[in-house]
Amino acid sequence: MCLAIPARILKIEGNLAQVDMAGVKREADVRMVSNVRVGEYVLIHAGFAIEKIEEKDAEETLRLLREIA
Amino acid sequence: MKFVDEFRDRGIAQRIVKKIKEFDSFKVNLMEVCGTHTMVIFKQGLKGMLPENVNLLSGPGCPVCVTSQEDIDKVIALAKNRDVIITTFGDMVRVPGTDSSLEKEKGNGADIRVVYSPNESLRIVRENPAKKVVFLAIGFETTSPLIAASLLDARKEKIENFYIFSSHKLIPPAMEALLESKEVKIDGFICPGHVSVTIGSDAYRFIAHKYSIPCVITGFEPLDVLHSIYMLLKQIKEKRAEVEIQYFRAVRPEGNRIAQELISEVFEVSDVRWRGLGIIPKSGLRLKGEFSDLDAEKEFRPKTRKSKENPDCVCGEVLRGVKRPTQCKLYRRICTPEEPYGPCMVSSEGTCAAYYKYG
Repeated sequence: MCLAIPARILKIEGNLAQVDMAGVKREADVRMVSNVRVGEYVLIHAGFAIEKIEEKDAEETLRLLREIA
Repeated sequence: MKFVDEFRDRGIAQRIVKKIKEFDSFKVNLMEVCGTHTMVIFKQGLKGMLPENVNLLSGPGCPVCVTSQEDIDKVIALAKNRDVIITTFGDMVRVPGTDSSLEKEKGNGADIRVVYSPNESLRIVRENPAKKVVFLAIGFETTSPLIAASLLDARKEKIENFYIFSSHKLIPPAMEALLESKEVKIDGFICPGHVSVTIGSDAYRFIAHKYSIPCVITGFEPLDVLHSIYMLLKQIKEKRAEVEIQYFRAVRPEGNRIAQELISEVFEVSDVRWRGLGIIPKSGLRLKGEFSDLDAEKEFRPKTRKSKENPDCVCGEVLRGVKRPTQCKLYRRICTPEEPYGPCMVSSEGTCAAYYKYG
């Protein structure tokens, strides 16, 4: 139920954005993510972007994983 | 797929598992609270990769599963009203109530429509001005802001035929209820990533401090879950009990303020009944006074007989981590995803369904 999928923002108009979710174009409500820009990634849950995914933080997580391993 | 494939690297996974095995072999029970984590753990075969001393328990993190039998019966009663269109997330449709299910009511002519988003529900409202549309608002803190947003939109558009049946629940009070019951020993929590997107890590601080239980907010790819298990074992070994964010690419300590504001604009905290856990104080959300005209329960007053759960179904115990699905006499023999007797077998992220499919 709390599933959320990463998607890339293609276009923003007001509260609505067009996003690319695993190659599929969908519409998403972006009112909950402030300052999100075209090209950035968000998490989509039930038609809404619930948060921006920080690319540098994802890279940092992978770095930490490699460091442990 | 970006932010997915790189977190599924089998080589790194195996090396993390090796590190997990290097911890002293103290026995630990780690609970994954979120049903989506349960699915990842089973689907990716993570249980089988872990050493025997690390025991993963599934918790009360599937919204459909924790919905009380009374609420299920009420929505079935609502569906019998021929002036009403029910809109719902798919999993609710097949949950058996005391005498019927939404699926059976649909067969009897009820208008029940599965939606992917509350916005889709709003579209159905606009297309059916002569009908009253009731959205079954179930879900945790991940979902409640979305529903608040759609209600605010409906209000702005002066829509008058949209209602919700509010069965929203809050995760941290349920975690506390499990700890207070002392029924199961929990040594660490794998905290739900997307609930935490909304509420932030600060919301779990009382669990770490008051109960000395380590908490790690975890992402949903296999490497995220293994990373978080490593982090929990490290905390336990070092005798720390803190809230750490493994999923910091999406979760901030303070959470998503806009989402929190949406919730508090429309909802207020209330005491609600959970399947298996009984009434937990301040663990649910109900519509605030100024939105109470959108409350389907108040508008339609659904009448139900006394709600009863199947006496042989152990879904309640499964949700508390007390029993495994395999300890239920209905499991697999009588209760299957095709013919489920309890919600833990209905929902795709229910523990019984996960055991059945991948266990």
